[in-house]
Amino acid sequence: MDLGLDVTQRDRWTVLAVSGEVDVATAPRLREQLVQLVNEGHHHLVVDLEGVDFLDSTGLGVLVGALKRVRLQDGELTLVCTQPRIVKVFDITGLSKVFTLHESVDSAVAA
Amino acid sequence: MPEQPGASEIRLTIPARPDFLALARLVVGAAASVGPSLDDGRIADLRLVVSEVCTNAMEANWRASAARLGASVSLLAEEAATRIDSAVIDGADAVRINCTVALHEVVVAVTDCGSGFEPPTTPHPPVTDPARLDFERGLGLPLIQFLADHVEFDSAPTGTTVTAVVRDR
Repeated sequence: MDLGLDVTQRDRWTVLAVSGEVDVATAPRLREQLVQLVNEGHHHLVVDLEGVDFLDSTGLGVLVGALKRVRLQDGELTLVCTQPRIVKVFDITGLSKVFTLHESVDSAVAA
Repeated sequence: MPEQPGASEIRLTIPARPDFLALARLVVGAAASVGPSLDDGRIADLRLVVSEVCTNAMEANWRASAARLGASVSLLAEEAATRIDSAVIDGADAVRINCTVALHEVVVAVTDCGSGFEPPTTPHPPVTDPARLDFERGLGLPLIQFLADHVEFDSAPTGTTVTAVVRDR
């Protein structure tokens, strides 16, 4: 299963749209992309998970690591996530209290 | 685990390679929908449980392989997979998945060839603690325990079998 990563700029926010399945096979590419963005100075990130079909704890771990990286730069990382099956993974692990889950990219970049 | 009459058994053996994880989810998810067994929501839960348990099994195999090679065993899972890759992944590193599909219930037993289950020595801080951000790992077990109706760990020095039961709720 292929992982799609698409980067766009919305005002001060860099939006990374992720699509496909995020697991131990694809998580390294997601991590690499996020690390690269932070290293290039993109410290305000929106990760759009609306195109994600599957996300497990390995994918969650990558997002946790990225959140730590941007916060070290006084940045922020928020998520766009409305699919009940994906939201559920954040709820069960308690990470919905750590990440801000937005309903759309528009609302994420307006925050 | 007592079997229901009419239960169907599906066995799958995959190499301990990350790109085979999607196949494990696909096969178990499809098997659960043949029954009819579980409803769609629980099949999604089952796919997540399979992903978590098989990831742990692969990691156990990678740690065992790394230990055989004298390599560092503290690597992140994916790093270990990338670095070890085909050099040590051979037939002995298979992950065996045994799936029993019955009405409203699926039992998945996943066996690795690691050196036994290592319970976490110190629990991670709660997720809302900023210090938790230092740990990318440790999120899988809570998911398994929440989504499965029953989980059993049977650990031996030659490998661990994790059995998870997912029922309709």
